[in-house]
Amino acid sequence: MSLLQVKDLSISFGGVKAVDGVSFDVEAGEVFTLVGPNGAGKSTIFNLISRLYEPSAGQIVFNGQDITRLPAHDVAGLGIARTFQNIELFDHSSVLQNLLIGRHCRRNTRWFEELLFLPKVRRSEREHRLLVEEVIDFLDLAPYRDKLIAGLPYGVRKVVEIARALASEPKLILLDEPASGLSVEETQNMAWWIEDMQKDLGLTVLMVEHDMSLVSRVSDRVLAVAEGHPLAMGTAAQVQADPKVIEAYLGSEATS
Amino acid sequence: MSNRFKSRYDDDINLFEGRWHLAQYAILAALLLAAPWVLGSYYLGELTAVLVWSLAGLGLMLISGHTGQVSLGHAAFMAIGAFTNLALMQRGWHFIPALLASAVTSGVAGAIIARPILRMSGIYLAIATLALSIILEDVAIMAEPVTGGVAGVFAPPIELFGLAVDRYATPRAFYYICLAVLVLVTLGYLNLLRSGSGRSFLAVRDSEVSARALGVNVTRAKTLAFSLSCAITGLAGALYGHLAQAVNYESFLVLISITLLLQVVIGGLGSVHGAFFGAIVVVLLPQVIAIARDYLDNAAGIKIAAYPGMDTALFALLILLMVIYEPRGLYGVWFKVRTWLQLFPLYRKGMFRRTRTYLKTERQR
Repeated sequence: MSLLQVKDLSISFGGVKAVDGVSFDVEAGEVFTLVGPNGAGKSTIFNLISRLYEPSAGQIVFNGQDITRLPAHDVAGLGIARTFQNIELFDHSSVLQNLLIGRHCRRNTRWFEELLFLPKVRRSEREHRLLVEEVIDFLDLAPYRDKLIAGLPYGVRKVVEIARALASEPKLILLDEPASGLSVEETQNMAWWIEDMQKDLGLTVLMVEHDMSLVSRVSDRVLAVAEGHPLAMGTAAQVQADPKVIEAYLGSEATS
Repeated sequence: MSNRFKSRYDDDINLFEGRWHLAQYAILAALLLAAPWVLGSYYLGELTAVLVWSLAGLGLMLISGHTGQVSLGHAAFMAIGAFTNLALMQRGWHFIPALLASAVTSGVAGAIIARPILRMSGIYLAIATLALSIILEDVAIMAEPVTGGVAGVFAPPIELFGLAVDRYATPRAFYYICLAVLVLVTLGYLNLLRSGSGRSFLAVRDSEVSARALGVNVTRAKTLAFSLSCAITGLAGALYGHLAQAVNYESFLVLISITLLLQVVIGGLGSVHGAFFGAIVVVLLPQVIAIARDYLDNAAGIKIAAYPGMDTALFALLILLMVIYEPRGLYGVWFKVRTWLQLFPLYRKGMFRRTRTYLKTERQR
């Protein structure tokens, strides 16, 4: 069975149907990409899956469990982690602190135990730290470990956000435009990391991306959406060649 | 000192970063323990007041500085703490259980109020908490059996280990009580900050949307922070009751709420040090002004006393200067001085230039 099943998902803001009857399945271990012009509803689909938005219709099933009505803060614990299009890091904390917050859904201590800092809390802090260090190694973030986010360059922040998502030990990671604003070289690195996440960590990746070179390099399957509707599904090449997709991006040929 | 190599995870977990750091705080502790034997009774009283306001400031710092929710109503929780403590002691309770009870009642009151009030944010939250403070002034008059109505209540002497402790008769003992409570609360506060709860507070402050996506139950984190914040402020209120010896509704006017907020802003929002620095300013500034006024009157013949409201004006000026030039407050100033000393002579002028911030998604607060 597919890891993530999205069935007839719809949401409207006022009169605008931002997402209208979108269905797709993401298989375990694949890189699945959503493409589409601006305002197509790609990020909205992400926000629906991470339960930040309430769908008006449809169903989301993750790992055999219906999560359509689950509170947003319970999603991470099931193994869905995400990044944001405009980087939502905790600016006044260090990289290490940010990644430790990523461990929040695996937390096993209560506040009154933490107030007294019982030996149990210290043990659990060490365990969290160990796992965070693995992520830091994986994404080469060691030079930035103790730096404040507010002082980091944009490209590094993008990686830190992915690291924070990985720290929660997800099964599925949602990447919202991982390469936007990155240089050619940084995009190249991003492609490697996405491939590593898939092959070395065995993660399933659901991604929104505009950079077609990155999309065709890492994606197993691509779904094109426009104005909230699904347009075409297939490999990157198939989708790019689809007349409906070309029309959505460039407009229809002038008929005279 | 800046090149301390970390070799274990515990180096980041421990409260003190190595021996030198520990030594600094040991010196501070020694000074604070010795203070009653050095200072005269007037200045000891002032120092005790600094401790009590530091405690209250810590309470507000937890919710406003570390969780990012502004509160203009914390005087209300000081009042709840003070009245609970004094009313229970008048009914024969021992000081320590009555002190714990004031933390519990203010904490529970905070938790109950937090649910509806923390649905708001920013200016709306400020107004709602301000209303809370105003309402409590009236409640304090009406709840006469507990609060003594308009007349208020007098603080009975504290009995501790067979010793009668009174703010005037035995100022040293009272000072040590305040110091002990403050140290314990500070340690608990630091413990929270270095573990999961504290991190979830910071997460809520900096980005609610990603806190949620990372599994932080935002409502729960805010409620916990608010409730703990109120409990700490309640403790401070109880100690304040004994410090002032008599409290009525006028002891906890809205102005106190505002002063508390000024205190944490001047001290530096988001730093534990800030609560202490702020308290020093809030308690000692009026003294400094008074001394300066006497000096000018006597030595220079300038009649400053003819201009009322000097304290308030100076406070206002100070906070304006802080917001414009040093948003991180006195803690920011202290941090820069410390860095200058540590790096001497390598400090560069641009080191604390404010870095650019990137666009945040405002829609998904």
